[in-house]
Amino acid sequence: METFAALAHGMAVAMQPMNLLYALIGVFLGTVVGVLPGIGPALTVALLLPVTYKLDPGGSLIMFAGIYYGGMYGGSTTAILINTPGESASMATALEGNKMAKAGRGGPALATSAIGSFVAGTIATIGLAFLAPWLVDFAVRFGPEDYFALMCVAFVTVSATFGDSPIRGLTSLFIGLILGLIGIDKLTGQPRLAFGIPELLDGVEVTTLAVGLFAVGEALYVASRRHHTEEKLEPIRGSLWMTRQDWQRSWKPWLRGTLFGFPIGALPAGGAEIPTFLSYSTEKRLTKYPEEFGKGAIEGVAGPEAANNASAAGTLVPLLTLGLPTSATAAMMLAGFQQYGLNPGPLLFAERPDLVWGLIASLFIANVMLLVLNLPLVGLWVKLLAIPQPWLYAGILVFACMGTIAAKPSVVELSMLAGFGVMGFLMRRFDFPIAPVVIGLILGPIAESQLRRALAISLGDPMVLLQSPMSATLLGIALIALLAPFVMKGLGRFKANED
Amino acid sequence: MLQYHARLLGAAVALTLAAASPALAQQLELKVMAPAAPGGGWDQTARAMQQALVASGVARSVQVTNVAGAGGSVGIAQFVNGAKGDGNQMMVNGFVMVGALAMNKSPVTLEQVTPIARLTEEIQVIVVPANSPLKTAQDLAAALKADIAKVTFAGGSAGGVDHVMAALFAGAIGADAKKVNYIPFSGGGESLAAILGAKVTAGISGLSEYEGQIKSGKLRALGVTSEKRIAGSDIPTFKEQGIDLVLANWRSVVAPPGITPEQKQKLNDAVEKMVKSDAWKDILKQKGWDDAYLSGDAFADFLKKENARVTDVLKSVGLVKS
Repeated sequence: METFAALAHGMAVAMQPMNLLYALIGVFLGTVVGVLPGIGPALTVALLLPVTYKLDPGGSLIMFAGIYYGGMYGGSTTAILINTPGESASMATALEGNKMAKAGRGGPALATSAIGSFVAGTIATIGLAFLAPWLVDFAVRFGPEDYFALMCVAFVTVSATFGDSPIRGLTSLFIGLILGLIGIDKLTGQPRLAFGIPELLDGVEVTTLAVGLFAVGEALYVASRRHHTEEKLEPIRGSLWMTRQDWQRSWKPWLRGTLFGFPIGALPAGGAEIPTFLSYSTEKRLTKYPEEFGKGAIEGVAGPEAANNASAAGTLVPLLTLGLPTSATAAMMLAGFQQYGLNPGPLLFAERPDLVWGLIASLFIANVMLLVLNLPLVGLWVKLLAIPQPWLYAGILVFACMGTIAAKPSVVELSMLAGFGVMGFLMRRFDFPIAPVVIGLILGPIAESQLRRALAISLGDPMVLLQSPMSATLLGIALIALLAPFVMKGLGRFKANED
Repeated sequence: MLQYHARLLGAAVALTLAAASPALAQQLELKVMAPAAPGGGWDQTARAMQQALVASGVARSVQVTNVAGAGGSVGIAQFVNGAKGDGNQMMVNGFVMVGALAMNKSPVTLEQVTPIARLTEEIQVIVVPANSPLKTAQDLAAALKADIAKVTFAGGSAGGVDHVMAALFAGAIGADAKKVNYIPFSGGGESLAAILGAKVTAGISGLSEYEGQIKSGKLRALGVTSEKRIAGSDIPTFKEQGIDLVLANWRSVVAPPGITPEQKQKLNDAVEKMVKSDAWKDILKQKGWDDAYLSGDAFADFLKKENARVTDVLKSVGLVKS
């Protein structure tokens, strides 16, 4: 009950007109920067820090939270409409969302993503308010070996889900893993595969790879197909709004996405990518319309979008309770706290309850605002697709280059963007799925360093991977997921023989 | 694009100001490079300088640029080559850059830049989880001597200040620094989780980062690296526990190579005025940074000594091949 009273007090703080205004500015800015590839919420918060220096702490933190949620949301708009994920967390959304948009169902795709984000964000924020202390205990107990096992689950599901065959999926995944090796080795500090180019020492930027593969690759592919058959895009076919069936097919993925997103987001090294892809794989398996996956299935948008937003709330759990920033944006918010001499951590709830609960309450409000801001815009956004293809794709190319340059002004970076664009084109041409490449780049280095940390702590004894119950369970799941398709096939053959 | 707009805006504001107030035209227009992404310690230092230099009226405008990459190796290369002879540019750097340059075999070194001043420093701490059997730094020393490989240290990036400190601690108690089992994490956050979860024996970080946990009793501080006990703190130094380990994570500011003595003097004066301004003191207080202003030849000397010490340590743990 204490929590309710505190939350009610927080609502009163957040509902102050000035704070409502900050939240509105936050979600608006967040949506705008989320739309631009390369400029994420982290950079925006960093640039705004000196500006907000003079504001009162409550107001500016509420604004930062709005930027965070808005950014998570804005990234999915471009992912759906022009296949350009504004950030890596909206990659899974692009897979089905863009197919839906091309089939004239952009309206329902944007709507399910908006409402899904709202539902997931709200549930996760409730979770943040009530479960934070318990969840953080669990998160802290998650050791390097457990992370490694979680990554294994992600690798197996990803390579099994994408592409026509596991071999193609695995090939793409391994390309990503190799790209992930480039740069300074985190554990020994030695450069790998950098060929003496200083820009490569930090490794390949995820957004550069994602934008190159998705957006530039797509533009090249469309250009190459133009002489054969011109793809006719219909901006709207059927209802602009979600139909009854759309609702029926969306609500379960929303809830399941939230269940993936919130706990994994709360893990110190969880991130938003794993839950979105786990959600995508799960929906693909559970759907009643498997033939639609790959052609624009609404479940494939609803689930990952919900997971994406739920994980954003999840990252606030360790930030507020431990002072543990688990994403770039959370790290910037931590800097924001410190700017006011506040140290997030076990003491923050006790020392500044008005601030913490005001922040949590404003997350509810930010969610409502995002919904109100975005639903009316759906009709407007969809009109983007009516732009003649050559213009649209030329625009996308400009957009992609500008985003990359803004994030990292260097010739090397731009050349990489072009290189990845050509790679994306070739992979499309020869039917290799592109998403596993990006997954490999994101998760490969994490899996590697977690495994090596686990082994360093256990003094090289690999049994540590099985001694932790969590790790053993996760590895078991990965093994079953890897073998199940083959076993099923075998059983099927067995049955066929009997007949 | 945001940055681009910000730059345009900055230029526009500068132009208007220049036209409106000829008296101010004498003032400096500076560029400060943070050789890291927005948000980190160097970026915060650069932006703090920007605030203080403008607020105290030393400079009319200060533009912060971020060149991220490889612990500053990318930034310093661009700074040394691109800003040569430019008396209006400065770059923030610090302890971590010394190690990064050595490890990355950077063709550009800190000997090429013109030292201006050390600005801040942060005291380092070793912590253990609250339920750890280790109570003092000597307990940790005994554990290290018993079996060095079994004692795991969590801290920041390989070759960074935390790693160097683990090696120095082992060296100071007479253990083999080469065998220190140091586990690098990206950033204080992730390593904190590993310490709280008792996945490692001990953790190393800047004191301010773990202060909340220490005060709330979730972590126990075994010792700090300052010369003397910090005022108002009950954490003992390593020195008073008989371990000769004194170290601080310092941040400084340097100018490009090839500037004239007059240009150097101008920058020296500007930084000195800034350090003495109230705006700067306010920022230090807010961020919890300690004032460590040191300029001129004393700073140049200090830089040389730290360079030698860090390179030696990194060689001894095998991160830099001689």
